[in-house]
Amino acid sequence: MTVDWNYILIIPVAVGALVFALFLVWWERRLLGWWQDRLGPNRVGPFGVLQALADAIKLLMKEDWLPPFGDRAFFIMAPAIVAGSMLMAYVIVPFGPDLYITDSNIAILFFLAMSSLAVYGVLLAGLSSNNKYAMLGGLRAAAQMVTYEVFMGLSLMGVVIHAGSFSLVDIVESQRDMWYIFPQCVGFLIFFMAGLAESHRLPFDLPEAEHELTAGFHTEYSGMKFALIMAAEYLAMVLTSALVVTLFFGGWLAPSFIPGAEYIPPVVWFGAKTLVFIHLFVLLRAAIPRPRYDKLMSLGWKVLLPLSLLNLLVTGGVSLWLQT
Amino acid sequence: MAEAAVQHTREPAIAAVLRARFGDCIVQPTVDGIPTLWVEPTRAPEIMRCLKDEEGYELLFDLSAIDERTREFRDGQPDSSFTVFYHLISLRHDADLRIKAALPETSPGIPTVTNVYPVANWYEREAYDMFGIDFEGHPNLRRILTPPNWEGHPLRKEHPARATEMDPFSMSPEFQRSQQEGLRFVPEEWGMRRAAKHTDFMFLNLGPNHPSVHGVFRIALQMDGEVIVQAVPDIGYHHRAQEKMAERQSWHTYIPYTDRVDYLGGVMNNLPYVLNVEKMAGIEVPPRARTIRVMLAELFRISSHLVFYGTYAQDVGQMSPVLYMFADRERLFSIIEAITGGRMHPSWFRIGGVTQDLPDGWDRMVLDFVDYMPKRLDHYGTMALKNRILQRRSIGIGAYNTAEGLDWGITGPSLRATGCDWDLRKNRPYSGYDQFEFDVPTAENGDVYDRALVRVEEIRQSLRIIRQCVENMPSGPYKADHRLTTPPARERTMEHIETLIHHFLNVSWGPVIAPSESTTLIEATKGWNSYYSIADGGTMAYRTRIRTPSFPALQMIPFISNGFMIADLIAIIASIDFVMADVDR
Repeated sequence: MTVDWNYILIIPVAVGALVFALFLVWWERRLLGWWQDRLGPNRVGPFGVLQALADAIKLLMKEDWLPPFGDRAFFIMAPAIVAGSMLMAYVIVPFGPDLYITDSNIAILFFLAMSSLAVYGVLLAGLSSNNKYAMLGGLRAAAQMVTYEVFMGLSLMGVVIHAGSFSLVDIVESQRDMWYIFPQCVGFLIFFMAGLAESHRLPFDLPEAEHELTAGFHTEYSGMKFALIMAAEYLAMVLTSALVVTLFFGGWLAPSFIPGAEYIPPVVWFGAKTLVFIHLFVLLRAAIPRPRYDKLMSLGWKVLLPLSLLNLLVTGGVSLWLQT
Repeated sequence: MAEAAVQHTREPAIAAVLRARFGDCIVQPTVDGIPTLWVEPTRAPEIMRCLKDEEGYELLFDLSAIDERTREFRDGQPDSSFTVFYHLISLRHDADLRIKAALPETSPGIPTVTNVYPVANWYEREAYDMFGIDFEGHPNLRRILTPPNWEGHPLRKEHPARATEMDPFSMSPEFQRSQQEGLRFVPEEWGMRRAAKHTDFMFLNLGPNHPSVHGVFRIALQMDGEVIVQAVPDIGYHHRAQEKMAERQSWHTYIPYTDRVDYLGGVMNNLPYVLNVEKMAGIEVPPRARTIRVMLAELFRISSHLVFYGTYAQDVGQMSPVLYMFADRERLFSIIEAITGGRMHPSWFRIGGVTQDLPDGWDRMVLDFVDYMPKRLDHYGTMALKNRILQRRSIGIGAYNTAEGLDWGITGPSLRATGCDWDLRKNRPYSGYDQFEFDVPTAENGDVYDRALVRVEEIRQSLRIIRQCVENMPSGPYKADHRLTTPPARERTMEHIETLIHHFLNVSWGPVIAPSESTTLIEATKGWNSYYSIADGGTMAYRTRIRTPSFPALQMIPFISNGFMIADLIAIIASIDFVMADVDR
């Protein structure tokens, strides 16, 4: 594995991810508009595609306001932690057979660590604002993300058992015969829900539930700091989709049931599959109401956690039985 | 030119009952047929207790006061400077009763009836705020609509109604400080405790600007974590003194003001007002005008319920339904616009009829909508009401039964959600509702979900009524040929000077209504809406009391939300279906 030249990818990936997040903001709004019988942003540039850019410029120009009653240092740090940890996690995403920044033998653990770090950002954002709505949002976020962290990790262990590796490149390669969605459909469902919760998007957007907590943990944020938090949400959405594809849907591998699929470059397959899940995220947001906070927690602890443990047990047992 | 309607002077049976128990009471003749009895103020609580427990008057429908000091015509009424009136309704006996108590000019006071009717709490606060009447023994007699430092009592006749009647206003720093100090939140003043044995409470200020409070409405919350220990609603941010304005607008020019009371109800608000004036003036409305009114009112009921449905789904976190429903509401508005020229506030009803006849092709537009809407409702049912998460957010939340609902003055769809099938359109048909076939949807549990269910079913029933309107629209005039409503024809004003004078007065003054009092109730979009007008023989009302369904509904929030979580409170607020304009007036 030649690591060195792959580090060149850091800048394209970081810039690409942010630009893609920006594009997604517009695309999501257009999609929602289309589904909801209205237009969506269609004025700035062709089809309104520059709307997100215009928004970004507006946010950049805004006054950099700091709540005088808050904790300034943490208030400034929090969005950087949220966005930074999300960007860091992109390091391990394999976009194609040789197209990744690094392939580590602890890639999955690294991803889990980074998404855990993001909790700090959200929690600090909520607490340093010194605002009751932000605090409630921050507490909700902390509880929700810690909960979903637990079985997000557990739900992936089935895949790790099948592949026998924590490396995402190995995991993709080991799916040549069969995508892990088939043996690991339970793991996939749990991971997908945990991913929704991690990126706090509807229906799991309780930390920022605007009908209850105005804007939750980022109530006091405006301007570029707000933009960073929003960008982190979209980065998390893309990251979760990319990992779902990598772990359960064969990553960059062309689907063998489509004749001639192998002539299309692997990176295109990876992108196409990821886009499907991004659309699923948006569709969920358009369709599903928000459960109550305590119901979400009890779903996590009482249903999803035992289920992921059971999934791990069965996967482990079956693998052992097949080996002997 | 004033002409009195027939006054009901027959002695009501209830008068004999009260006489036997509580000594003499005076019976006042009225044009609306509601028995009106004057009683001794100090005995009000025991009389109310007797009326509620023994005579079956379970609903204190309205309570307010009248400043009688400049009123000229008070035949058959005892001397009074301030009159407190109670409007009681018995659903069991389908009976109304108006109790009045005369109070002196200096320090008017009357014992509170909050122990009998919990709903009286806010109504008494309002009467205190507006008239300065002291309700002795009231648990929390503070101002409710005006700010705490307000000077004077707005509905008293000497209180100015316009800025031009007052000295120029200037705000000194001291004044600003004192006003701000007056608004400081002190939990104890709101009946809250700061800490319990093992916990310190958090106080959360929900509103007046919050995405889910549907207007400028504030709830102070005492919270233990995310659980609400106590919720105390605070209103008055939308107060525009509608009742005061009624005292300086002619009978005719007040109509546009009524539109703004429940701003989602449009012409539905005109209806009780014009019906009431017609009752006082004895005007008979032609059948075509009645049917047009019913059709427009039902179109607005659908429009209001669509907003309710959409925002309810939105408040439990569902993003899309509200957008579909607003698009449908837009279709409705295009019909309303074609007919009336206005959208949300057409001010289209007139005393004696409606403004204009229906335009060509109106029936095609309305029928198209009536055909289109049921399929959409099925679609929305699958999307929203049948959604499991939405059901879990709503079922069993914020429930009350019929008796509790009546105790708190709840009427309309929210009461029908508890299983009580009282609908004024069925039980006391007005404006020709007895000619229509429709059902009164009810539910059983009276929780958030049932309140939504009933309203959605009401949309279907309204569509039925509208279809019948289109299919059976009577021909004939759209306005009563009554001299108080229709000016004389032009050809005739050119010939007789008397007719010309009459025309001139009719247009410049508007109608003059003979001294009388009357109340009219209708089934408005959000519950029962009533106008109680007092005419003193002038071109303007002497007093107009607007009773709206939203006001008591908000008072009930603590009763149904304490012990739930914030998310539930949001669902409860959404299910109440109120607009702040309807609350504060």
